Amino acid sequence: MTDAPASAPLLNVVNLTKRFGGFTALDNVSVDIPAGQRFGLIGPNGSGKTTLINCVSGALRQEAGQILFEGRDISSLPSFQRTRSGIARSFQIPRPFKSMTVVENLLVALDFAVIGHGQGDAARRDGVMNILDRMGLAAKADVNAASLSQVELRKMELARAMAARPKLLISDEAMAGLSNSEVDEVLDLLLKLSGDGITIIMIEHIMHAVMRFSERVMCLDAGKIVAIGKPQDVMNNSRVQEAYLGVSA
Amino acid sequence: MRSKGILFWLGCAIFLAAMFAITLAVKNEYPFFAGYVILQFIVLATAWTVLGGNAGYVNFGTSAFFGVGVYTAVFLFKAFGAPLVAQVAIAALIGALLGLAVGALTLRMQGIFFSIATIALTIIIETFVVNWRFVGGASGIQLQRPPVLPPFDSYVKMLFFVQAVMVVLAVAVARYIQNSWIGRGLKALKDDELAAECSGVPTLKLKLLACAISGALMCAAGAPSAMYLQYAQPTTAFDLNYSVSALAMSLIGGTSHWIGPVLGAILLGVTQQWLTVTISSEVNVLILGVMLVVFVVAAPQGIIGLLRRLGGRS
Repeated sequence: MTDAPASAPLLNVVNLTKRFGGFTALDNVSVDIPAGQRFGLIGPNGSGKTTLINCVSGALRQEAGQILFEGRDISSLPSFQRTRSGIARSFQIPRPFKSMTVVENLLVALDFAVIGHGQGDAARRDGVMNILDRMGLAAKADVNAASLSQVELRKMELARAMAARPKLLISDEAMAGLSNSEVDEVLDLLLKLSGDGITIIMIEHIMHAVMRFSERVMCLDAGKIVAIGKPQDVMNNSRVQEAYLGVSA
Repeated sequence: MRSKGILFWLGCAIFLAAMFAITLAVKNEYPFFAGYVILQFIVLATAWTVLGGNAGYVNFGTSAFFGVGVYTAVFLFKAFGAPLVAQVAIAALIGALLGLAVGALTLRMQGIFFSIATIALTIIIETFVVNWRFVGGASGIQLQRPPVLPPFDSYVKMLFFVQAVMVVLAVAVARYIQNSWIGRGLKALKDDELAAECSGVPTLKLKLLACAISGALMCAAGAPSAMYLQYAQPTTAFDLNYSVSALAMSLIGGTSHWIGPVLGAILLGVTQQWLTVTISSEVNVLILGVMLVVFVVAAPQGIIGLLRRLGGRS
């Protein structure tokens, strides 16, 4: 398994271990993600994918190991500072600010994550409208976030993450529960963002989406890395197939 | 936005001028005695809303902060003969510190656990004061008012005006918070704390700030109470009624705008004062409860919500 990073890593995860009581959710996981890469993260339910990105985004604290972002140790920073330094995420189950409109949702991220953006009210709105335009949500800009449909919520999650002007975007199952055409819509969005030079980690169960999107794929099972490398190689790995389908006779 | 600001400060100036004029014009002391209580509840309800309304953290500790304000004044007066202004200012400072300390200890708890912790706070501090001899302990302490300062002709009128100034301060602070990044951040964390944090909102810092501001205002509101009653006693200073009233007034008024708790406090405060005179002070609590139930069922967004609905959901 060759896995040489193409350029300097944006994110280094070093020997990361996370336990919940006696259960080890992440067991000594190490991975480097180079700047600009489209990185797919797969694995069966409960394999530790969301735990890993929760540790990266600061929602959980690891028991051991380090997380470096742009070479800086961020292991003990609170979430909001990680967001400010350039890590933004979406949530598996959308978490909109329900009392606000779509634009206001994005403005929270712009105002708090992009410190000293120093823009007036009109420029702020223009900035987030731009993002909504690209996400195909412009028509819903002044609608209350609570009234959005599922696919719109997923897009808004990504839009809100984008409003924080991230260098690394983590998309946690942004396509779960969507129809095929909606999956393609979201996938196109992510590919466009990647085209802008944003590094993206995509957690996904929908395999054709993972295969189409990722330049590199990592498969987790029971908190350990089973395989990492080119998407096709990972899919053909017998241990990956075991993890998903059970041990073959 | 600009013209709204001018209008707001103009309103404050007119309010203060009117309050001042009344203290000079009206001879009878009773209206000021009753008015003081209403003003005091405006400050308490506004202070409660800073944390409870913006951030959604239901605080039952108003009585703890209020009582600390009362006893800060008692201590300063007895130990140093401190003037009223110093009593209020230092009470505000201690309230802010207490708010910070309590916040640091309890704000990591969410929902019902935070509320329970704030109830415990009242009991802990009250127990402490009950056992503090210097400020009178359980039996309380009599206080002799110093001579009144000109231009006022009675101490109660002066206290009334001081409380009116605090109303303006409290409302100005609440309005600033609502319109500033502090309010937007608190609103975001009220909706979803994790999502707010991951959008760059420093949730713990903002909650601590809200807790400190709220605590400062509550303590400041309590400080003149010692001189108002010329007496202080733990059971009245730490009366859980303050907690319930501040919460009820805020919710009945509506927490989505700074004017909400002001309207709620005026409505409930006036009703209570009127009932105290016409029926009995014991009916107060009953009325409070009934009104709270009616509003929770019929107008969950409070008076503000009602007005917005009538105003054609603008």
